[in-house]
Amino acid sequence: MKIKFSRVLKIIFLSEFVKGLYLAFIYMFKRRATVNYPFEKGPISPRFRGEHALRRYPDGEERCIACKLCEAVCPAQAITIEAEPREDGSRRTTRYDIDMLKCIYCGLCQESCPVDAIVQGPNFEFATETREELYYNKEKLLENGDKWEKELAHNIKVDKSFR
Amino acid sequence: MFLEYLNIVLYDLLKIAALLVPVLIAVAMIVWVDRRVWGAVQLRKGPNVVGPFGLLQTAADALKYIFKEIIIPIHANKVIFIIAPIVTMSLALIAWAVIPFSETLVLANINVGILYIFAVSSLGVYGIIMAGWASNSKYPFLGALRSAAQMVSYEVSIGFIIINVLLCAGSLNLVDIVLAQKNIWYAIPLFPMFVIFFISALAETNRPPFDLPEAEAELVAGYQTEYSGMMYALFWLGEYANILLLCGLGSVLFLGGWLSPIDAYPFNAIPSPLWLIFKILFLFILFALVKAIVPRYRYDQLMRLGWKVFLPFSLFWVVLTATFLYFFNLLPK
Repeated sequence: MKIKFSRVLKIIFLSEFVKGLYLAFIYMFKRRATVNYPFEKGPISPRFRGEHALRRYPDGEERCIACKLCEAVCPAQAITIEAEPREDGSRRTTRYDIDMLKCIYCGLCQESCPVDAIVQGPNFEFATETREELYYNKEKLLENGDKWEKELAHNIKVDKSFR
Repeated sequence: MFLEYLNIVLYDLLKIAALLVPVLIAVAMIVWVDRRVWGAVQLRKGPNVVGPFGLLQTAADALKYIFKEIIIPIHANKVIFIIAPIVTMSLALIAWAVIPFSETLVLANINVGILYIFAVSSLGVYGIIMAGWASNSKYPFLGALRSAAQMVSYEVSIGFIIINVLLCAGSLNLVDIVLAQKNIWYAIPLFPMFVIFFISALAETNRPPFDLPEAEAELVAGYQTEYSGMMYALFWLGEYANILLLCGLGSVLFLGGWLSPIDAYPFNAIPSPLWLIFKILFLFILFALVKAIVPRYRYDQLMRLGWKVFLPFSLFWVVLTATFLYFFNLLPK
């Protein structure tokens, strides 16, 4: 009976509601948990698997030797490679396409690569307005490599001891 | 003769514009305040990109709605379908005519101001019923039925609460009601009525926890389901204009309208319309906080609260107030 009476008092004086209101008021002045995304970004691990890139050696020679390990390992079969010997006799790709829409960003291609040519960089903002723009060819991938080389090299160096 | 007439009409139109433009701007601001407060309680930032502090967010949204396509369902009753949002919006704005911003600053100082507001806000149900019926579709219809029942039931208790205030003030004129609060705001002697008025106002404007008419989990969006583009935006703005109106009514009836809390130097130096705006903002922030903390009511609980709790309680309080005033000889002349 006594418990019931206190419950009635609670209901009449809306005490739970007032407590909730008080808590909401306190929370209004707490630090926001939001990252102000387009202007500030969260930290990214060096192992982050973002947009693909084909890297070059410091002398400008492309690293890829067309071993096709990445093509073979790709679970989504997103990579297409065609290769031919170049005039100087070295084995190079003539075509290196990645269908970014098929890709599942598993990172097996960069793991399988014996010369660290194909890598996944820290860039995740490569949304496009058309589907066709996401069919990456060799030119686009090499361009990415040139653009992100500093970050890519750093990431590989940081992660080296764990490989 | 004609010129004189034209002169009067133009002058009145100018006065109306001088009232409505600030009200519409206030509605836009209040949407922003609502979203910011809601975000803040959830540790988010809320809209903060468009304009300084995101102040222009509502303008951007309105612009987006203007450029969107208006889709009218084939089976809808076209005329009523189009009229419904216009009715909602205009009724929410019309009632502002009698809200006093200071002793002289009121568009229409009529003697039955409070009845006028009550009548206009009762008519607000029509916009929603028309929308639900004219859409000729299941969810809008159910939403409209719910909304009509809800607004009608809570209007009854709001009516009794207003009677309480009228008994104390002895006038239906809003200016007189505010002036009668010079000694003490009615929120203090009539505190329980103030609380019930606040909760009824939440129900009256379909705000959470009473947002059953548009309960998205059950009814998609209630009576607004078939609306798109500018017509949806009109509903949306009309809803906020209604909220603003009830906040205004609440501050006029209970928080002393334009009067400053203490009639002393630093307080009464602030112009009186500003006090009213502060009070409206205070009530609105309470509205927004409530939206952030409460879950939605079940429909039968809503009806029970309206008819079995608020109605008898406010009726009892009317009797109590009347008896008290009569026996202590405090009845206003």
